[in-house]
Amino acid sequence: MNEFVETLLDLHWHEPKSSYDVVIVGGGGHGLATAYYLATRHGITNVAVVEANYIGSGNSGRNTTIIRANYGIPESIRFYQHSMDLYKTLEDDTGCWIMHNTKGLIWLAHTESAMRSERARCQLNTAMGTETIMVDPAEIKQLCPQIDLTGSGRYPVLGASHHVGASTARHDRVVWAYAQGAMRLGVHVLQNTPVTGLLMDGDRVTGVKTATGNISAGVVMSAVGGDVTQFAAHAGVRLPIRTHPLQAFVTNGYAQGFGPIISDTELLSYVSQTARGQMLIGAEYDRQQSFSRQSSFDFLQSCATKVSYLLPFLKNLRIMRQWTGRCDVSSDFSPVMGFTPAPGFVITTGWGTWGFKAIPAGGEAMAELIATDTTPEIIEPFSLNRFATDHSMADQGSTGTR
Amino acid sequence: MLWVTCPRCGHRPIDEFKFGGEIPDVPASITDDAARDLDRVWMFNNVDGVTTERWFHEGGCRRWMTLKRDTHLDRVIED
Ligand SMILES: Cc1cc2nc3c(=O)[nH]c(=O)nc-3n(C[C@H](O)[C@H](O)[C@H](O)COP(=O)(O)OP(=O)(O)OC[C@H]3O[C@@H](n4cnc5c(N)ncnc54)[C@H](O)[C@@H]3O)c2cc1C
Ligand SMILES: [Zn+2]
Repeated sequence: MNEFVETLLDLHWHEPKSSYDVVIVGGGGHGLATAYYLATRHGITNVAVVEANYIGSGNSGRNTTIIRANYGIPESIRFYQHSMDLYKTLEDDTGCWIMHNTKGLIWLAHTESAMRSERARCQLNTAMGTETIMVDPAEIKQLCPQIDLTGSGRYPVLGASHHVGASTARHDRVVWAYAQGAMRLGVHVLQNTPVTGLLMDGDRVTGVKTATGNISAGVVMSAVGGDVTQFAAHAGVRLPIRTHPLQAFVTNGYAQGFGPIISDTELLSYVSQTARGQMLIGAEYDRQQSFSRQSSFDFLQSCATKVSYLLPFLKNLRIMRQWTGRCDVSSDFSPVMGFTPAPGFVITTGWGTWGFKAIPAGGEAMAELIATDTTPEIIEPFSLNRFATDHSMADQGSTGTR
Repeated sequence: MLWVTCPRCGHRPIDEFKFGGEIPDVPASITDDAARDLDRVWMFNNVDGVTTERWFHEGGCRRWMTLKRDTHLDRVIED
């Protein structure tokens, strides 16, 4: 976080203590939201969030900020709908402007089979109380006049599902809002402090190791994003996670007035407009797992080509920036939250390419889990032990475009 | 762009290949049979370094091959 931003926020930096009730490793959205809800909902403030770099330096400051709940299985729809509801009141709750903006998301179909998938999505969403409706090409044109319904003659648009409540919010403002809210109540946030190992007493995790000393803790929570496999290994915990890079890019400014978020399964990409007017474009994660944050020209070329079929005006814009995050993608494309086989060690991971929208509900649930030492019902389906009990939460709807 | 040397087709761009994932390698420390099965099916080593993995040459000979790759830098290791 830069010095100018710091002057705008009410942040209180602290020297680390040698012991806390709760130590949260990773100052991304999930770690900080958990600290915030521990303090605000449960009065637990003897908490440290330990961040290797600066807060929001991981995926929480690199994502394309789409907040939606139009998932493919009931357990996910319910969880993400709750997160969407928490986002709606987050500005009032924290007193911070996170630039939350409801835009609606149009998920395009170019084939009969894609139409069937979108109809099924609408049915399931509606049954779960999430507003997703089918729209025909004329309605799509009204919602997004810039679209070429013939897909440049190559990808004709047959229809779409319209997820009416989908929104975006400024990602780093979300991180700062939670950090500020937690710090005001006495939570310590320690930046530039990589955790290098865990303190163990037999199987039990009793604290963390850092270059400046050990910190003991009643509970340690891992919220380290793409580095989770290596981190959990310190506690002997094995995870169903692969780390895949995900890339995105923005163009220069375009006249304000690109209303909705456009998503496309066949072209595996999605487009929205930022508050500054830049067109923000993302796609699927790189097919091979890796820890590299190298952005590639191949991605840029293939993604730009695809989105230009649908939105030909993009051809006249320039690409300003491109970047990459390292995503913790789970075996079944659903999050992994809760207790682990190691006592004293809880985890929030499997956020892959879809965890920004989940920050409020994920943080709220993990705070409750830590405070009450029981798994809240809403995240029960996402426990790590689901794989052992044959209840994987396979959800192809969870990645950005799938 | 990564390039891979297919033993049948030669030096080819990675776009022609499908990623088959790391070859499962269950740690010896897991001894219980059911726990070993669980680990083989669902867990990953997700190594930040050199891994041995399977790739399918979809746009070529349509055969599987084994490859070594450094996941830290995303570089194919040719031996
Ligand atoms: C390009 C891109 C686009 C995306 N688009 C969307 C989207 O549109 N909608 C959506 O919902 N999601 C999206 N996502 C996914 C979303 O960004 C993530 O799932 C979410 O931010 C995860 O938050 P987190 O707090 O778990 O992890 P992170 O924000 O990655 O935070 C983890 C933190 O842990 C720190 N850390 C790691 N190891 C250590 C250690 N040993 N000691 C101390 N600290 C450590 C890191 O420095 C980092 O700050 C996108 C991701 C990317 C990369
Ligand atoms: Zn071949």
